[in-house]
Amino acid sequence: MNYGMIGYILAWVLTIESGFMVLFPPIVSLFYHDKSGIVFLITGLVGLAIGIPCIIRKPKNTSFFVRESFIVVGMSWVLMATFGALPFTFSGEIPNYVDALFETVSGFTTTGATILTNVEGLSHTCLFWRSFTHWLGGMGVCVFMLMIIPMAGGGSIHLMRAESPGPSVGKIVPKMRQSAVILWEIYIVMTVIQIVLMVICKMPLFDAICLGMGTAGTGGFGIKNDSLASYSPLLQWIVTVFMILFGVNFNVYFYIIRKDIKSALKMEEVRAYFIIILISILIITFNTLDFSNGNFGVALKDAAFQVGSVITTTGYSTVDFELWPTLSKTVLVIIMFIGACAGSTGGGIKVSRILISLRTIGSEIEHFIHPRSVKTVKMDGHSVEKETERSVSIYMLTFAVIYVCSLLVISMDKYDFTTNFTAVAATINNIGPGLGAVGPMGGFSGYSILSKIVFIFDMLAGRLELYPMLLLFWLPAWKKH
Amino acid sequence: MRIIVVGCGKVGTTLIDSLSKEKHDITVIDTNSAVLSDVSNTYDVMGIVGNGVSYTVQMEAGIEQTDLLIAVTDSDEVNLLCCLIAKKAGNASTIARVRSPLYSREISYIKDELGLSMIINPEYAAATEISRILRFPSADKIDTFSNGRVEILKYLITENSIIKDCTLIEVSRKTKSDVLICAVERGDDVFIPNGNFILRANDIISIIAAPRNAKEFFAAIGEPSHQVKNTMIIGGGMIAYYLANQIIPSGISVKIIEQDRKRCEELSELLPKAKIINGDASNQDVLNEEGVDGVESFVALTGIDESNIFLSLFARNKTKGKIITKINRIAYDDIISTFNLGSLISPKNITAEYIVRYVRAMQNSFGSNVLTMYKLIENKAEALEFEIGANSPVSDKELSKLKLKRNILIGSINHNGIISIPNGQSVIRTGDKVVIITTGQGLNDIKDILE
Repeated sequence: MNYGMIGYILAWVLTIESGFMVLFPPIVSLFYHDKSGIVFLITGLVGLAIGIPCIIRKPKNTSFFVRESFIVVGMSWVLMATFGALPFTFSGEIPNYVDALFETVSGFTTTGATILTNVEGLSHTCLFWRSFTHWLGGMGVCVFMLMIIPMAGGGSIHLMRAESPGPSVGKIVPKMRQSAVILWEIYIVMTVIQIVLMVICKMPLFDAICLGMGTAGTGGFGIKNDSLASYSPLLQWIVTVFMILFGVNFNVYFYIIRKDIKSALKMEEVRAYFIIILISILIITFNTLDFSNGNFGVALKDAAFQVGSVITTTGYSTVDFELWPTLSKTVLVIIMFIGACAGSTGGGIKVSRILISLRTIGSEIEHFIHPRSVKTVKMDGHSVEKETERSVSIYMLTFAVIYVCSLLVISMDKYDFTTNFTAVAATINNIGPGLGAVGPMGGFSGYSILSKIVFIFDMLAGRLELYPMLLLFWLPAWKKH
Repeated sequence: MRIIVVGCGKVGTTLIDSLSKEKHDITVIDTNSAVLSDVSNTYDVMGIVGNGVSYTVQMEAGIEQTDLLIAVTDSDEVNLLCCLIAKKAGNASTIARVRSPLYSREISYIKDELGLSMIINPEYAAATEISRILRFPSADKIDTFSNGRVEILKYLITENSIIKDCTLIEVSRKTKSDVLICAVERGDDVFIPNGNFILRANDIISIIAAPRNAKEFFAAIGEPSHQVKNTMIIGGGMIAYYLANQIIPSGISVKIIEQDRKRCEELSELLPKAKIINGDASNQDVLNEEGVDGVESFVALTGIDESNIFLSLFARNKTKGKIITKINRIAYDDIISTFNLGSLISPKNITAEYIVRYVRAMQNSFGSNVLTMYKLIENKAEALEFEIGANSPVSDKELSKLKLKRNILIGSINHNGIISIPNGQSVIRTGDKVVIITTGQGLNDIKDILE
């Protein structure tokens, strides 16, 4: 283990986060005359005072391997969340630190689950910071870091792999740094476009910024108690479209920039993603026609919004889908698990993993009919390596194990099975709302401290694709070489 | 620069190592995904699994935006085909590794007809490097320009050298040879000397000359013409063949010890002037019988690095001659260099070095016309080769009439293959290739040498 390098990277993460804390929240507080701004400023300055001295000197030994990367990514996110939660507690707006931590983890992991019962009671500064954590967490702070610090050698690819979602993460251009820059550029430009569109359609600027950042990161923190229900249908449609766009593999946008439309259209994962969305919307629209008094347009809008919100693991809502028929709710729960595309800001198991798994099952069945048949699983015209196939299967298994264990622990609380089941699903898949008591109009505030800690772990594990978080608790990983 | 490397073997990896240090955008194509993932985990490069010959794969690697494609797979034909496709698919310069002696005679035809920028033959390059050392074992370092027609040699002036305390004019009067002393290292300083410059002991001088003239020069300054008289080569592979071919004409007698009877017969057919011994060199008796203790140079070129090391250690005990050891695979440089194995030759490193040098020149030549760039003295002096275009401000005038900047020296003029060391009356013509020595940096065009 190269502790020097781990410390260096953690210091960078702290510096970046503190920098943002000093930069943005105080400006917001100046506008709205909040008192919380000063808390953010002081906390951020303390963070900078700790971080900057540690990043001035780069460690001599820069060798960096897979395990360092996974551990450092896991630690970065824990550090980011524990530090980012401090202003909530210091300002007294979320007095209990575990609650504040839950809220911050929910923010950075782009979950959007909240323990707050009255969101509107928060100051504008805190609301902004909540949404900002979505935005930073969506693309990932380590990818952000790769953009500013030159990491020589190939160790950097492990960092990106540990933080970016998907079964096989690769660079889009030969240089790591440029890859990171391109991803962030796409991300920033799309966010700005959405915010501008929403402002044009008469959303107040502050709401547009917060909701835009929440959409971009596929987060889901609303700034109103009823999430997005009170905005005009047009605005809801804009958010729907952008949620779905942010759930698309970012390689597509890279291809489009490159004017390589053919490659963009050829990505099987993205096509499957849109097909799933389309089918889900159709089923739910017809299933909920009665619910919206037979008004097809309203039913379509609500179905599209909810499907887009859940499959991209954003978690905004315009209706209380808790009241929907069982078929619609079941569809929602299924797409909760499917999640967005690999290489997007969304969470969940990812469409590509589902595709690979289904095809592996197919080739396994084929094997019973022709025991001597040799068949490779293919994706986008390339055969999927056995290694990837294996890691996808193991991923699903690990996912199930964590899921069951979490479910068992939180069952000690007073809630019914539906609530518990979807609560774990909503956190580990980084969605936010589930069904039952944690439905779109509910929240996680009723759970015990222990359960909240389990949820915090699940959210982080879900965002970082399980292994970085598991590695943190795997003692042999900490041994020195 | 955007570079695609096809083939990720020994040479490919060495290349990627050097090129990624120089901050190029590198994409690697190989059919073996395990090797690729190793490389992309170690270096900041992008890997693409596939056959480099395939148009689709090249497109995926972004051939259209690529400046240079380097094909170094183990198959000559694949390399040539890669370059051909790349030429058609994009507008990249191409470098291919072609090692078969079959093609080596037609190399310039292939290169011109297929429009390649460079063809590199690692075995041939290694042989060239070895032959240079055998020819001037007393020169510290030897490098070449204009396809070997111009050499740059470094030589240390000793206390009892006859050119000590001479001005350069006196040196040329004494030696009467057509060479140019183009740079002098004295301690940390580097000088581009003029005729009145006085050489001192412990100066390291860089001499630019045609190979024949360099030899005359060394003879004239009383350095006993250090070319070895004979050499014993162990292992009759391709390097041995190229080496023998290169050094036999310059009068070095060659003895090759090779295990395989059939190869021996081939060699004796190809190299009638060399003595071919069929025997196992790991047997001491064979070496003793063939007189290892009397040889002036000993070159270990078997295919196994470990054998080469042991053979050289053995020879070191037997002879005072020059020892040259080929090491191609083993990476433990630090340990090997403590063994006192004489000059170490590594074909993959030489190949990588040649290509990197070309890449540097190419990078230099964006918007300029540098053919070759060679760092004469690391970061202090450069030698650059330019081709003179039409209507150049330096052409068709006597050099003494040109107003050159300070610390600029015209080292040689290659006029249709005839090398001359210029003097004040020399004239540069359109189409000539000239070597410029400078202590400054950033010369991009020949006109930059003028005031």
